[in-house]
Amino acid sequence: MGCIYGLVALGFVLIYKATELVNFAQGDLLMLGAFVCYMSVAWWGLPYWAGFLIAVVAIAAFGALLDALVLRRVIGQPQFAVVMLTIGLGAMFRTFASVTWGSEIYTLPTPFGGVWTVGGVTLSHQYLSIVAGTLILCGGLYAFFNHTRIGIAMQATSQNQLAAYYMGIPVKLIFSLVWAISAGVAAAAGILLAPVTLIDINMGLAVALKAFAAAVLGGFGSIPGAVIGGIVIGLIELYAGATLPEGFKDTAPYIVLLLMLIVRPQGLFGTLARKKV
Amino acid sequence: MAEPILKVSNIETYYGPIMAIRGVSFDVPKSSIVTILGANGAGKTTVLKTVSGVMDPQKGNVVFEGREIQRQDPDKVMRLGISHVPEGREVFPFLSVRENLAMGAYTRRDPDGVAQDLEAVFGYFPVLKERADQRAGSLSGGEQQMLAISRALMARPKVMLLDEPSLGLSPKLVRDIFEIVVRINRERGVTILLVEQNANMALQTADYGYVLEVGRIVMADTCQRLLEKEDIKEFYLGIKEQGARGKRRWKKRKTWR
Repeated sequence: MGCIYGLVALGFVLIYKATELVNFAQGDLLMLGAFVCYMSVAWWGLPYWAGFLIAVVAIAAFGALLDALVLRRVIGQPQFAVVMLTIGLGAMFRTFASVTWGSEIYTLPTPFGGVWTVGGVTLSHQYLSIVAGTLILCGGLYAFFNHTRIGIAMQATSQNQLAAYYMGIPVKLIFSLVWAISAGVAAAAGILLAPVTLIDINMGLAVALKAFAAAVLGGFGSIPGAVIGGIVIGLIELYAGATLPEGFKDTAPYIVLLLMLIVRPQGLFGTLARKKV
Repeated sequence: MAEPILKVSNIETYYGPIMAIRGVSFDVPKSSIVTILGANGAGKTTVLKTVSGVMDPQKGNVVFEGREIQRQDPDKVMRLGISHVPEGREVFPFLSVRENLAMGAYTRRDPDGVAQDLEAVFGYFPVLKERADQRAGSLSGGEQQMLAISRALMARPKVMLLDEPSLGLSPKLVRDIFEIVVRINRERGVTILLVEQNANMALQTADYGYVLEVGRIVMADTCQRLLEKEDIKEFYLGIKEQGARGKRRWKKRKTWR
């Protein structure tokens, strides 16, 4: 669970770092990803991996389109407008999903049915697939951001947009790409999550809220912070569910978040940018 | 004077309803150093931003190598060969020096040429080579300015727009940087449009100068002649005339007002 929060938090952070917008529709992109994958597998009879690929690519393209057509217009508007816009978009996606796929709950058939027993601990392949998927995605993104020309250009753009323009970096294209990556990651998270929570139109809501907490916990704007924040939130939830009275499972992460904001407002890995004059 | 590589005619640029530039025209001849002087808020930076496409003029045009480039996106203008070294350096703080320079060469597709230019840049500023793997944010102000100039140079520009390279630097460092700016101009033939508050330094470096006040060009001449002018001496260089009784400043008025 923590890994999923981490992945969704990663999506929040990527978009925030690059464009300074907070995308509250992230959870709904996750939901759309899961649905597209389900549709490919269950309706069109495609194999799981093909469905996975189609869903990630489709949602990534959708993310880029969203940026180019809708969100680019609100850059520079008050933060409030952006928040309302993305929440509104999220609601639209949910409505769209319920019209297209209905409001039933679906099960995504996966190839991860078995279990492994290691030293008396039983690990289901489903959960392992989530962990492995997170690791692969994070590793891939890390390599992309640090070792490719366009990845470094994305970092540059997020650090100083105007200077990036001066360097001839096509900033608008970079924004769309960031949206695509972030939406693609959300879709992947949705598909990995699907066997655990099952697919329904509201699956993204709770996840996104906790992922947002994870992103804040990790220090909004820090990519490793987002992933670690996600895992921390997941663990807190787990232990709170096991050891504390009923009801604490869902509130414990937020209590920790509040404490965190009081003690260390910049988050675990947050950096306060300073500029030399 | 040769045919100008960059010709700005009668541009008017606004910040919202406020007119920052009121019809500015100037020419930058190929391979020369041209400077625009002016006090705070005269509109110097706005002029450069208008040239590089960050701000769009309401009126007038900017012609680069015979082509109108006003109202284009800055990344397109940059691809044509105009590199902008922004005021306040604006390096990418969390990237290493080497990565910053690589971003300067973002638009280029010739790895050999880029490697050559990287060596050339390290030749101009050896300190950058020492710090190549350090984060740019950890450099001192002067080193960041060197990095900003180098980064612009990495694009192999035809014209370089320099916005206040002396800002916040020690006089010694300012002299060093200007020396290298001249070398870049002489050795690589890069045309330089320099915007400065440090009039003394700028006038000694440049070939031709314009004086900008409240959004208008009020004086234009070769730098040598500008250095001789009374008003420039008094208001930009701070040299007061030693009259018999010592002239009182508030009685003297600028000739162009």
